[in-house]
Amino acid sequence: MAEDYAKLVNETVEKFGKDRGRLMDIARALHAELGHLSEDTIGLVADALGIHRVEVRDMASFYAFFSREPKGRATIRLCNAVVERMKGADEVAKAFEEAVGCSFGETSEDGKISLEYTPCIGMSDQPPSALVNGVVLTRIRPQDVPGIVAALRKGEGGGRLHEGGYESSEVELNLRQTGPVVFAPMERGAAIRKAVNMTADDVINELNRARVRGRGGAGFPTAMKWDFCRKAEADAHYVVCNGDEGEPGTFKDRVILTEQADLLFEGMTVAGYAIGAQEGFLYLRGEYEYLIGHLQQTLAKRRRLGLLGENICGREGFNFDIRIQLGAGAYVCGEESALIESLEGKRGAPRDRPPFPVQKGYLSRPSSVNNVETLCCAARIIEHGADWFAAMGTKDSTGTKLLSVSGDCERPGVYELEYGITVEKLLELVGADGAQAVQIGGPSGQCLAPKDFGRAISFEDVPTGGSVIVFGPERNLLECMRQFIEFFVDESCGWCAPCRVGTTLLLKQLEKVLEGKGTRADLDQLERLGVTVKTMSRCGLGQTAANPILTTLRNFPDLYDNLIKPGDFIPSFDLKKAIAESCAITGRNPELEEEHV
Amino acid sequence: MSDETMTIIIDGVEVAAQPGQTILEAADQAGVYIPRLCYHPDLPPGGHCRLCTVKVNGRPASSCTFPASDGLVIENDTEELNAFRRTIVEMLFVEGNHHCPSCEASGDCELQAMAYRLGLLTPTLPYLRQPRQLDASHKDVYIDRDRCILCGRCSRASKVEDGKTVFGFEGRGIHKRIAVDGAKGLSDTDMSVADEAARICPTGCLRVKREGYRVPVGQRTYDHTPIGSDIEHKKATR
Ligand SMILES: Cc1cc2nc3c(=O)[nH]c(=O)nc-3n(C[C@H](O)[C@H](O)[C@H](O)COP(=O)(O)O)c2cc1C
Ligand code: SF4
Ligand code: SF4
Ligand code: SF4
Ligand code: FES
Repeated sequence: MAEDYAKLVNETVEKFGKDRGRLMDIARALHAELGHLSEDTIGLVADALGIHRVEVRDMASFYAFFSREPKGRATIRLCNAVVERMKGADEVAKAFEEAVGCSFGETSEDGKISLEYTPCIGMSDQPPSALVNGVVLTRIRPQDVPGIVAALRKGEGGGRLHEGGYESSEVELNLRQTGPVVFAPMERGAAIRKAVNMTADDVINELNRARVRGRGGAGFPTAMKWDFCRKAEADAHYVVCNGDEGEPGTFKDRVILTEQADLLFEGMTVAGYAIGAQEGFLYLRGEYEYLIGHLQQTLAKRRRLGLLGENICGREGFNFDIRIQLGAGAYVCGEESALIESLEGKRGAPRDRPPFPVQKGYLSRPSSVNNVETLCCAARIIEHGADWFAAMGTKDSTGTKLLSVSGDCERPGVYELEYGITVEKLLELVGADGAQAVQIGGPSGQCLAPKDFGRAISFEDVPTGGSVIVFGPERNLLECMRQFIEFFVDESCGWCAPCRVGTTLLLKQLEKVLEGKGTRADLDQLERLGVTVKTMSRCGLGQTAANPILTTLRNFPDLYDNLIKPGDFIPSFDLKKAIAESCAITGRNPELEEEHV
Repeated sequence: MSDETMTIIIDGVEVAAQPGQTILEAADQAGVYIPRLCYHPDLPPGGHCRLCTVKVNGRPASSCTFPASDGLVIENDTEELNAFRRTIVEMLFVEGNHHCPSCEASGDCELQAMAYRLGLLTPTLPYLRQPRQLDASHKDVYIDRDRCILCGRCSRASKVEDGKTVFGFEGRGIHKRIAVDGAKGLSDTDMSVADEAARICPTGCLRVKREGYRVPVGQRTYDHTPIGSDIEHKKATR
């Protein structure tokens, strides 16, 4: 037994070429086989790779999908993102606890099923949703739960659960509006054939003329990024596609990967040509593992057609191929430098910049990290020309944008729209009457009040990576903000002090106010903390983690004012509660002045 | 201007910088103190504490990692930045469990000294009161995680100075902690009391046993002069 186990570890490490850089894949494979990564497994992996145990543990302890303790044969990860809870996830959670017989965070007595919560899995358009050993279940109703659990207990397919890949996950497309750029019919190889008849400089110049900017959130000009990368001298350059899509309420890359994977790979190949890379990576969030079969097939087909591999499209010396790297549950890995660390088989801790990834990225080589949608745009620009692209959208935001709309609206889903559409128009389109607020750009973006609904979705006005969450008139908006802060607490990587500690303190301080124990001074403290975390944090996660609070303090001051009490200070320490136990033991009930407890 | 030296401007004062230097290194050389906790002159920077954050051409950046380049305009000793730094120090206090009067490091502790320097008298933030593990398994060195600020100095020193990898991190977010390269604790690693890592900790967390009170209270590093005086002294004597 012990020998078999050591053999399994060694074989797995061998399978990935004894390459320390593939630690992520090694850990994923062993976790799938063993159900958890014990201290013994960690030691064996370290020995087999010739590295330190503490390095393996460092990485293994970071990702939410890796468990260090034995878990049930099946793990149900119920999504508890804000939209999912708005749409009944709490009732589904209760049904799971009843059917499984344990609470979330625990494993059933028979050791068969574990219950866990997980942040947004990219299914906000079809909530409540869950991942069961990698398979996606959507629109779960409480009455479905006993059947799902019974099937899992029997250890067979059935109920709503099937084994295996893409087909078995029940994901609706919900592509509500197609557009000319991303969701238009494509001909495989059209963009690559054009590109290889241009010089690399001309390809970049075409993007420059199209004025295309990154769709992942930061809006950096894509041509400039490719140009920096191309011009950085090194023995290798890399194309990295950011398919981590972790911002709650975003699911547009899911739809691209399902419908237009060819267009994405086309864009990555064009990028490879332009920056002089031979290797590209698609970093795919672990939650989208259900898509991997389909994506691998698409890659295989492209290799057969000569669109990947050597001398692509007959262009002598243009060699390029793509590997897919699966993540393992960490929002911060969407941050480009954390993504690169993860790609190197390490914990997803962001790096300090400079140097930027275009100077020193994957394996310290120049790397261009681009969003899935950005790479699709790049392919189309080469195919149809810069003028065609730049004619759409606004002056500083050319082309179309994919918006993933969820929450309180009639038609949640993905919309491809020209930049410049107002929030108001968008709400009309998706069927959202009387919204009290719209969260644009996810928790890290901003919470807009009706007075701002005339503003336009664009880099120059209201930017977004694609997440649009509608809050109807009945919602408890500040409770939703509290859940957003909880998300950041769970997802902070912990590298730097202001974000690691500050997010937890923000949550405590907000809860104090929401519990009606706050005064004006507490709101000031909330703001002071928020601005500190925003200004002093190391990466974009911390720099935006206070936004749910800071933007609602600004746009919905009345909601806070209605909660606070007059006076200077109410202690967060509850004396009555603290001494309750000793009161019970001694049987004494001291008289405490009401104002002070 | 020659290729060799560059000039950066810190709080309106011109400071010379050499290529390859960070803003913080250039400032140190010129006798300008930028608060810091996770930086150590013998080690590569870690970027953990963010106390050294300055504004570079108006944008916040950590000076221990940011390369100096000609013409950078830097804000450092401003009330705005010092208030942010004070809040971070406060965060570090409430994250751990610090009882200075009963701590061996008191007077030599950089966290405590930084609190004094920045004028933090008593935390206004709630204590997190997290249970944290003590590791006294090693015969000469102990880890009292209640006092760890996760500056990573031990881990970098072990790698870079000692050529070992005794320390690393474990977990994420608020559950992140300092970990050791053994299945059973520090005694299970190749840690030696002679390692640089044994004496690199800015706080009372990673300490050598039986040395605690060799220097009496009252004669310790920061008992009479605030932290940063050694650096500022350079300017005074120039
Ligand atoms: C916490 C955090 C999460 C992010 N997540 C994503 C993501 O899931 N997808 C993405 O494309 N960009 C994400 N970004 C932005 C990336 O760092 C990077 O700017 C982007 O991938 C660049 O691609 P683009 O220029 O095509 O937009 C994230 C940034 C931060 C700070
Ligand atoms: S800001 Fe948060 S996520 Fe980013 S490095 Fe700091 S702790 Fe990690
Ligand atoms: S480590 Fe420093 S701050 Fe903490 S208790 Fe000891 S002396 Fe005080
Ligand atoms: S033990 Fe000391 S040196 Fe190591 S991370 Fe903690 S505070 Fe820093
Ligand atoms: S000293 Fe620069 S981040 Fe700590």
